[in-house]
Amino acid sequence: MLSPLMAITVQDIGITVSLVFILLGLAWLAWRSFSGKEVDRRIIFLFIFFSVAMPVIFKISFKFKATPIVNALYEKIESLPNNSTVLISYDFDPAMAPEVQPMADALSRHCLSRDIKIVYMCLFPTGQGQLEQTFSTVVRNEFPEKQDGIDFVNLGYKAGGEGVLNVIVTDFEKMFPTDVNSVPYSEIPIFDNIKSCKNLDLIISIGGGRPGIKEWVLFVGDPGNIPMAAGVAAVVAPQLYPYYPNQILGLLGGVKGAAEYENRLRDSDPKFADMPTPATTMMGPQTLAHIVVMSFIIIGNILFFRNRKRGEIS
Amino acid sequence: MKKTSMVVFATIASLFLLSWIVKGMFSEGSSPYLDGFLVTLAAFLTLAIMSFLYKDNPYYKFAEHLFVGVSAAYAMCLGFWSTIVGNLIPRLSSTVSDFFQVNYIEGDYNIFFVIPIIFGILLLMRLSPKAGWLSRWPLAFIVGTTAGLNFVRYLRSDFINQINSTIIPLLIDWNGFGDFFSNMNFSATGQLVMMFSNLVIFVGVVCGIIYFYFSKEHTGWFGRASKVGIWILMITFGASFGYTVMGRISLLVGRITFLFKDWLEIIS
Repeated sequence: MLSPLMAITVQDIGITVSLVFILLGLAWLAWRSFSGKEVDRRIIFLFIFFSVAMPVIFKISFKFKATPIVNALYEKIESLPNNSTVLISYDFDPAMAPEVQPMADALSRHCLSRDIKIVYMCLFPTGQGQLEQTFSTVVRNEFPEKQDGIDFVNLGYKAGGEGVLNVIVTDFEKMFPTDVNSVPYSEIPIFDNIKSCKNLDLIISIGGGRPGIKEWVLFVGDPGNIPMAAGVAAVVAPQLYPYYPNQILGLLGGVKGAAEYENRLRDSDPKFADMPTPATTMMGPQTLAHIVVMSFIIIGNILFFRNRKRGEIS
Repeated sequence: MKKTSMVVFATIASLFLLSWIVKGMFSEGSSPYLDGFLVTLAAFLTLAIMSFLYKDNPYYKFAEHLFVGVSAAYAMCLGFWSTIVGNLIPRLSSTVSDFFQVNYIEGDYNIFFVIPIIFGILLLMRLSPKAGWLSRWPLAFIVGTTAGLNFVRYLRSDFINQINSTIIPLLIDWNGFGDFFSNMNFSATGQLVMMFSNLVIFVGVVCGIIYFYFSKEHTGWFGRASKVGIWILMITFGASFGYTVMGRISLLVGRITFLFKDWLEIIS
């Protein structure tokens, strides 16, 4: 039988060290602020840096339960029959990638494992590079038996934003005469029964900028009455909640949405037990950094009300 | 250049070279020194951007300008090869298609495809001080088309459909008080929470609209509803701020993970 000390893991030590550091740091900041002394903004930056870096080093992570808005997308993919076709649009760049690339990978993994065909495209020029990452880490690595053109196809980037969407809602070939490897549209088996977006079973836009999910809803989802879902960077998620559930059936908001989806996927099937979960890993630093930011807000507000009561500010 | 600046520059250059050599020696890829250089360059640019938090400096400026230049050039090249070479040329001329080594699409020629070429050239006239006025024509076309397209789309999706989404039942699956209380639970998709959510949406929308209605003085019940509207707006802004913090922290985690994992290799 293990003694209690033997049961302590590196992660436990990491959590303790991180929490002690954060608590001591916050106490020092609070003491300095309440004594009326200035706190240099660079100290705040450094404090945030350490609050994020320590959980990354000690790999602190938490488990998450999928919220209904995330679960809705999971259930939709689960309900699709084999050989359905889903379009995943990579509407993001490397700056957004830490948040949304985990969603893109998890969604691809989920679709391919259920024998759902995927049409990949992007409305951001740098989305092409991000797409290649999914191809190397998920598609070719975990599903080597899946064939290009039959189980998935990469249409690549097309400039034009809303213009592209306005065309593909009625005709794919007009905008994408070939795939990214210059294979003509008519020779790609996945498109045998697909003329436009209206023939797709689901469209998922992953991004956070413009053109993005809003344009997909405006130019494709609503006019074509096509089921739409999205995975977006946290900054734009609040603007998209009003579209749920009538105009988009599910939404992964920021890295938390991605972590929820990863956990839902991992818990659903033993074959996903060892899958990479980058978003879940990121939630450790997120949680501790949020504790720090919330503490800053509380300290700042207490000081504000105290100074107002003393008549130091109007 | 000041002596301190020269010392800083020499230190950074030495660290860059040292990192490149060490990464090159221990990399396992087919081209270790190239991989080592790219990882070191990425780490250097990351730290250069982050150095702005200390204060503005030439390394930050260099990284910023490089980022803007590379992004613009990359977008332009990809736009040219995917749209002009990928879509337009195969429909215009077999000779030019052969030159760019793309398949000519037989029978797809249309005289209207010449219009975007002319408009594209006219847009470039902006670079000429004398003929710059010509660029107003394609710009007017772009603005007019975008406005026309967006008007219809926004009217449908952001106005009519959003009103439709706001007209929701305040009582969901209501079978009387007895049934309601005996089946009460706090599940996110349960009857109680759904009814409360719909009530919040209804009250929030009505009070939010009242706050922005200035033709009647905000006094009495109207004023109280307006105050609820302010609270709803503040909570919305708070939620947006929270999400923004989450987004920015995610980016920081991404960069720190890169520095610790790919560059310094202190985590697996």
